[in-house]
Amino acid sequence: MLDRIDRARRTIDEACRSVGRQITVMEVCGTHTVSIFRSGIRSLLPERLKLLSGPGCPVCVTDQGYIDAVMHLADRDDCLIATYGDMIRVPGSDGSLETRAVRGNVRVVLSSEDALQLARDNPNKSVVFIAVGFETTAPATAVVVKEAAAEGIENFFVLSGHKLVLPAMRALLGGMNDRVDAFLCPGHVSVIIGWGAFAEIVADYGRPCVVAGFEPVQIVEALAEICRQLAAGKPELRSLYGAVVTEKGNLAAQRIIAECFEPVDGYWRGLGKIAASTLALREQYKRFDAFERFGLAAGPGREIPGCRCGEVLCGLIDPVECPLFASQCTPQAPIGPCMVSSEGTCSAWFKYGRRT
Amino acid sequence: MCLAIPARIVELDQDKAVVDAMGNRWKAKTTLLPEVKLGDIVLVHAGFAISLVDEEEAKKTWDLFAEIEDFENTQNKVSG
Repeated sequence: MLDRIDRARRTIDEACRSVGRQITVMEVCGTHTVSIFRSGIRSLLPERLKLLSGPGCPVCVTDQGYIDAVMHLADRDDCLIATYGDMIRVPGSDGSLETRAVRGNVRVVLSSEDALQLARDNPNKSVVFIAVGFETTAPATAVVVKEAAAEGIENFFVLSGHKLVLPAMRALLGGMNDRVDAFLCPGHVSVIIGWGAFAEIVADYGRPCVVAGFEPVQIVEALAEICRQLAAGKPELRSLYGAVVTEKGNLAAQRIIAECFEPVDGYWRGLGKIAASTLALREQYKRFDAFERFGLAAGPGREIPGCRCGEVLCGLIDPVECPLFASQCTPQAPIGPCMVSSEGTCSAWFKYGRRT
Repeated sequence: MCLAIPARIVELDQDKAVVDAMGNRWKAKTTLLPEVKLGDIVLVHAGFAISLVDEEEAKKTWDLFAEIEDFENTQNKVSG
């Protein structure tokens, strides 16, 4: 293992010298963020290689307008909110789901199946599933929407905030942050969409894309591969996560996403409105759409005063450049979602070091 | 949030499975991976098997998790 790390480090050092300027690599996956920080990878890297965490944490990229829609539903007596644990502490304009949980109508679920079961068990309540997450998580939502339709369940609703990774990468390179030289591509999103999906980023923007799993050695090797490509001036698409990710991905999962959802324009924290970037339920499943059922709009929300999560998510600033970081905003008393989520960039910087 | 854990299918009835990782057992569905069979190792995310994994890859991840002190916590929430 040490051999592999040494070899990768040598490649990185040589490539950084040969490129002769700062190399900026962005990962777009919260699990990568945490793995990179927790394993201390950053301390192995030369100063010239800058790692950025992009819009890869689903809770963090979720727009404030969506969060406020969730809070609105949690305030209704006829609704029971089913949410993944990640969302529970995210602050809306007025409190979080956690502060509302005392009313007894917020339940943390481990799976979309648990949310549907809540609907079966509580026929007098409208159960609203807070469906956030990228392509990895969207199929689980689609499965239960189909189940609910097949069973004729009428009190189950989905507030879809599911997002697609590729439109966000394109938005960054298309203007939000074109300093990004290459992407470390997300492993488990790739399980679903296939590593081949990133070919368009290489072709359209000339940026290396390397898919990696979460083992620290593999991440270092992916960084080495990126640096090698940049030094050679030949951007390519590679996957190092061969044991798990295929070129075409999980076709059954892709089919069920396409069957239930269609990509629509959606709002992202920091990135703003991105065309065809968010999954909305298709017409035939609209009766499960919580936005429709409760007359909510998926519009942009008010930003949290002083919070610079948006710029952090685009890689425009490091967390330490936010005046709230580690002073008013800490994991114990978080103000912005990048500090709330255990895989948010600010949370990782706070816990594992603050190298600039 | 996209955290996924390799686990072995120890019970399977249509698309309803019980999976095991390092002695921890929980329910998962195989709807998204229709070809799986009893004994296969799969990557489980948010209660669904999303990919087949070979033994070697699974072991690497299990070893990694064993090093992570808050492994128990990851069983109680989807995020990592």
